[in-house]
Amino acid sequence: MAKVITKGFLYLFLIVVAASCLIPFYSMFITSTHANSDIARKLLLIPGDQFFDNYNRLKETVNIWRGFANTLFITVLSTIINVYFAALAGYGFSKYNFKYRNMLFLIVLGTMMIPGQLGIIGFFKLMDSLHMLNTYWPLILPSIHNAFGIFLMRQFVDSSVPTEIIESGRMDGYGELQIFNRIVLPIMSPALATLGIFAFIGKWNDFLTPMIILFDNNLQTLPVMIASLKSQFTSDFGAQYVGIVIAVVPVLVFFSFMSKRIIDGVAAGAVKG
Amino acid sequence: MGSKVNKTHYGYYFIAPFFIGFAVFGLAPILYTLYLSFMKWDGFNDPVYVGVANYTRLLHDSFFYQTIWNTLIIWVLSNAPQLVLALLLALILNEKFIRGKHFFRAVYFFPHIITPVTLGVIFSLMFDWQTGSINKLLMNLGVIDDPVNWFNSPWWSRVIASAVICWQYFGFNMIVFIAGLQSIPSEVYEAAEMDGASKKQTALHITLPLLRPVFLFVFITSVIGGLQLFDAPLMLGDGPGNTSRTMVMYLYETAFKNFDYSYGAAVAYGIFIVVMFFTAITAKASKLKD
Repeated sequence: MAKVITKGFLYLFLIVVAASCLIPFYSMFITSTHANSDIARKLLLIPGDQFFDNYNRLKETVNIWRGFANTLFITVLSTIINVYFAALAGYGFSKYNFKYRNMLFLIVLGTMMIPGQLGIIGFFKLMDSLHMLNTYWPLILPSIHNAFGIFLMRQFVDSSVPTEIIESGRMDGYGELQIFNRIVLPIMSPALATLGIFAFIGKWNDFLTPMIILFDNNLQTLPVMIASLKSQFTSDFGAQYVGIVIAVVPVLVFFSFMSKRIIDGVAAGAVKG
Repeated sequence: MGSKVNKTHYGYYFIAPFFIGFAVFGLAPILYTLYLSFMKWDGFNDPVYVGVANYTRLLHDSFFYQTIWNTLIIWVLSNAPQLVLALLLALILNEKFIRGKHFFRAVYFFPHIITPVTLGVIFSLMFDWQTGSINKLLMNLGVIDDPVNWFNSPWWSRVIASAVICWQYFGFNMIVFIAGLQSIPSEVYEAAEMDGASKKQTALHITLPLLRPVFLFVFITSVIGGLQLFDAPLMLGDGPGNTSRTMVMYLYETAFKNFDYSYGAAVAYGIFIVVMFFTAITAKASKLKD
């Protein structure tokens, strides 16, 4: 009997925490379907029918789908660059026994300790002098250096890419880069997928850099648009709520398909770290 | 295999993009920021060398000290409950008899992949004193008679900022703890059971000590990350009398709102020193416990 009660308590605890994770999102969704007058006066628990009115007011001021497309474009390109160059360097560190290899690898790991905002002012000024302000270059090109990705990739190549396969590639007359692109990269695909998910989520959520680099509203990313909702719709709460829903629902759909993969990736990354 | 020896220098080509990319987009900006911190520069006129004037100003800047204090308070208020909750949930979900593990893990992790800015806006809307659902809920339940103006109170502002961070990270750290728990070999538990250890004894004397490396990882990452809070707190605002303004928010406001780039550069290095200081303390404290 005592066991049943303990079990009941544990489940109750799990369910209460789960509810606290979901209710804010539910509340966003419900509120986005009501008129401003109701939002101000009542506690809303069931869906209303004002979603499209709110949506149309939002769309008149903020080109939110444009922001969505911009973010997707930047994120996809960055993720490809990030994953490819991390795999390249991880493979280089793993399979070539060059001079100063271990020291250089320690430098790579050391760069992970530097707080992200340390150089942000210099970054802004440097991009200004390179005439890259208000372009996507400063958002995409830095993805070339991803120390954590190199670390993950090296681990994977160490354990799962046999050196014989590289040797046989050389016998067949492939060049070194060809061997990497045609033989090694396909073997690495599970690790590429894991790193790709991390890189994608990280870039999708990027906020400070686009906010200071981009001035043109049509170039702006979704997080910056969401951040500006409050100042643009001071008393129009319905429109703000619709903006949140548009930001959250695609992630919810993506996550419901990929949750197992994402969580396993986080667990694998944590154990190695 | 003579060919093998000749190929080793290709390794340099493969790692070169990282080092070039880091030099241009990582190191150069950091050094440039250091250079600017010894200048006076408003973004329009040419920078003028002023020596350590920016740093002297920083040492006497009560706003900066206040942001360090605010950041530490928010860090403690968010991380203490967050880590306890993450560990508790990990221990429960690691039990064999619990069903629906994958569902619970996914739900707890979900807030973590939502953009932090969006989470900040959600909380600022929920706690809005006139239209927010929290006040509506509390009034309907009869807990309060009049709406509470949360963001007008220094402590509520900090608590809400902490709540966002806690809510965002507990699921992530729970996954890390579960991974740590699963890396403990089951023989250890079987041996404990044979010796007649109770559940509580097993948890206290076997599970927790073996989880130490995982704790260390979580703790150090939460110190480094937690002291750089920015996205979500920015959406909640500075709070009354700047009581919920974090260090990085101060950096952002100094450089990109007041266009005092050179002083902002000194603030950036001030933050760097604070973060390094607390990281070193954490690393040292965790070694002393041995």
